[in-house]
Amino acid sequence: MNERQIFIREKAARLLSEGRVDRVLGYRKGSVPLRDAPFVARTPEEAGELVWSSFCLGNVAKALIGLPGKSAVVAQGCVSRNLAVLLAENRVLRENLVIIGVPCLGMADPAKVLAELGGREPASLVETAETLTVSGPGFTKDLKRQFMLRDNCHTCRHRNPVIHDFLAAETGPETGLGDIEKTSGLWEKFTPAERFEQLQATYKDCVRCYACRDACPLCSCPTCFVDQSDPQWVGKTQDFSEIAAYHLLRAFHCAGRCTDCGACESACPQTLKVRRLTSKLERDVRALFGREAGMDPSVPPPLATWKTDDPEGFMK
Amino acid sequence: MSQRILDHAGLSALFKALAQGRKAFVPATVQGKATWIPATDLAQADLSLANTAFSPKNFFFPQSECLMRFGADPAQAHEPMQPAPGLDQDLMLFGLRPCDAKALALLDRIFGQDPAMLDPYWADKRERTLLVGQSCPAPCPVCFCTGVGGHPFGTEGLDLLFTDLGESFLVEVISERGERAMKDLPMDAAKAAAGDEPGKKDLARREELKNQAEAALALDPANAPDLSALDKAEVLDLYESPLWERLAETCLNCGACTFCCPTCHCFDIQDETKVDEGRRVRNWDSCMSALFTKHGTGHNPRGRKLDRVRQRFMHKFKYIPIKNQEIGCVGCGRCVRLCPVNIDVRQVAAQMNGQAASASGGQRP
Amino acid sequence: MTDHQSNPYLPYPARISRTWAETEDKSLRSYWLSFDRPEDAAAFAFTPGQFAELSLAGYGEIPIGIASSPGEGPDLLFTVNKVGVVTTRLHELGVGDAVFVRGPLGHGYPLAAMRGKNILVVAGGFAVTTLRATMHHLLAHRADYGKITFVYGARTPGMLMYREDLAAWEKRGDVDMFVTVDREAPGWSGMTGFVPAVVERAAPSPENALALVCGPPVMIKFTQPVLDRLGWGADQIYLSLENRMKCGMGVCGRCNVGPWYVCKDGPVFTKAQLDRLPKEY
Repeated sequence: MNERQIFIREKAARLLSEGRVDRVLGYRKGSVPLRDAPFVARTPEEAGELVWSSFCLGNVAKALIGLPGKSAVVAQGCVSRNLAVLLAENRVLRENLVIIGVPCLGMADPAKVLAELGGREPASLVETAETLTVSGPGFTKDLKRQFMLRDNCHTCRHRNPVIHDFLAAETGPETGLGDIEKTSGLWEKFTPAERFEQLQATYKDCVRCYACRDACPLCSCPTCFVDQSDPQWVGKTQDFSEIAAYHLLRAFHCAGRCTDCGACESACPQTLKVRRLTSKLERDVRALFGREAGMDPSVPPPLATWKTDDPEGFMK
Repeated sequence: MSQRILDHAGLSALFKALAQGRKAFVPATVQGKATWIPATDLAQADLSLANTAFSPKNFFFPQSECLMRFGADPAQAHEPMQPAPGLDQDLMLFGLRPCDAKALALLDRIFGQDPAMLDPYWADKRERTLLVGQSCPAPCPVCFCTGVGGHPFGTEGLDLLFTDLGESFLVEVISERGERAMKDLPMDAAKAAAGDEPGKKDLARREELKNQAEAALALDPANAPDLSALDKAEVLDLYESPLWERLAETCLNCGACTFCCPTCHCFDIQDETKVDEGRRVRNWDSCMSALFTKHGTGHNPRGRKLDRVRQRFMHKFKYIPIKNQEIGCVGCGRCVRLCPVNIDVRQVAAQMNGQAASASGGQRP
Repeated sequence: MTDHQSNPYLPYPARISRTWAETEDKSLRSYWLSFDRPEDAAAFAFTPGQFAELSLAGYGEIPIGIASSPGEGPDLLFTVNKVGVVTTRLHELGVGDAVFVRGPLGHGYPLAAMRGKNILVVAGGFAVTTLRATMHHLLAHRADYGKITFVYGARTPGMLMYREDLAAWEKRGDVDMFVTVDREAPGWSGMTGFVPAVVERAAPSPENALALVCGPPVMIKFTQPVLDRLGWGADQIYLSLENRMKCGMGVCGRCNVGPWYVCKDGPVFTKAQLDRLPKEY
């Protein structure tokens, strides 16, 4: 873990001091033990604050959208794929982008850590490659890092950066231990009634703070459909039909572009399993188009392009 | 102020007695989440929980609340709108933390700022809900109530307060409503929950726990941001600070902080119609949303992300203090815990204070 | 919760008694509204400069300045710009149709402070509504005020609002009227030029005077230096602001300018107040 952080700091400081970039997007130590903070380093000194830990839970590709000048981005597998999506969509130009790639070992899920603490709040955390040691008033607990990983990191298919200019460590195992085909395919075993039940169980506690959308590097519409007022497409109450409309439409909007980075779930203040829909749609895209998002910046996302011999009738 | 000492059975009896004629709610963990659940027995509560993930403001200011109904049929267009009825039953929150009670008192001064325009939906629920607090001998690491004028043993907003002394509970009557509630207990229930007068030892133990709590909060200097210069600062000195630009770099402009916050009270009012009826509904809204301030013409006074993240902190630490002579934050720590990008209100407030202190040297033109 | 005294969210039922297109482009329509119940009309005690929430059941509420003065009778005059869901629906309605009114809300112009003073009124475009109300009040109590100067500009003659009122005020002879359009137009024999230039020409003296200014931001921006040159102090100038609003009671949180809510503490502020606040309007 630490070798990565040392590399990131050194590389970022050099890029900034040589004037090759205006800023480096990464993380710095958070004020709480279970979350590090996205951070924009602008000077070599600030580059010294960059960290790499199990709690870099956002997706800094989001912060890149719309920035002027040149930026460096600290990117593990999923984030590098999001950068590839942004490049394919011409939202970012490759010459304005420096990618400090980080072979990833997976990020931790704060909810899983907290579940081990029985309602107590940790005051500090120390991590090694294998262990997270959390402590607070009157307790210390060693947790196996492997068991604390986020669901998406457990089932990750591409831990190593897909594109990068530098690599912070030797590439490691490409996948997590879990199987995304298994977890994302659950819906298919359900009857329609069970699917609706599952949808309700998953999203009923949503408070519509839109943290999942706002953390997501795919969500970059100038005005999101839920924020349009004339006409207003979606109601503002807590009726489940409105909640479901938001999550279903957002998931479909992301289909074929989602790298399963898990930023949505990590952002959710209600710890909802937001990925249940998006991971199912990516499964469908893999099955129907044989494609995974962001594997090649020169290829547009499958649902954002067309061919004259596509099977749809309107092509004729 | 009367005080009683109750053992565990006595506290349960008190809960049962107070729950007669009231729908009672207690903190508990449901599917890994600390929340409020309806309860008929204190055994259903987990009083050791630090605090619920979201604030209990929802009981008084529901995320979505029907204000009034009207006919959806155009033939009924002239019919006066029918206000939604008030609570059909009195409520009780048992085990509320002092920060959350203080937040309700703070919101009383906002929803009730003008007696001629008292918000009836808020007032109805406040009047009919008994608030039984529990003091916090072991504040959690992100709590900072003492930094913003609160206290882990604070009583503001509460009707009753109990403190877990270890072997027993000290119950204190705080408000008139609390006193009435105790007086109105059914005879047999009152007997079971009568307890004893606290002895010197009990009161000394309370004092000891209180000191412990204060010491725990003082352990982390982040919990006591210096806010002393904020009061005298000019609005524009704070508003024009460069600190907002750095915050806006990473702020997602999501509503997580505003929705979990016990003092955020912004809302939207919308009409909805279904086939046979219409309703005017108020829903939580958030200053983080661009739509919140956008004019019909498209003009937006807070059109940038920076404007919106600034508004939240200016509102809490400058605007509410100007209007109500109190800080608009109670230090519950929820937003510190839940912000997806770890924007820490303690740090932001301290930075604002730093800005205020450096600006107060020079005079504004 | 069920009556208007205990529930400030509850609107009064009313209906449209007269309506017409106010401007040639038909983007503005005026409505006289009659309360369904006389007791509601009596309860709706307001002063010029205040506003109300107009609503259509199923469409929502919008804040609109009251364009009539209390002296004009129990009905209320509103002029509505067609910009959103509610206003678009309102434009489709006619005489007899149902409307709801909630208010009055906010603080109007400072009538007490204005007594005995010379009054300068500066209005631009659509923003003349509550200043029409104020003019009616001033002229109904003409002897209480000194010299009254009324400056009002619109893009074209057809975009001038309340033309009957303007003609009547012109006729009275006790108001210095400066009605202007942006540029020469067929059939227009009046003044031309932008409001700031016309104010400069009118050169109202700040001596024992107050100014009431309401208009689009660009008009305010360029009128301000003119008033500065003429020696007007920031505490002599009152501006009426508009912001998106919902509750109208200083609670729902969206219309604030610094610590003050446009709906509750405004919409009328002195320029001296606004100079110390963020320009979030």
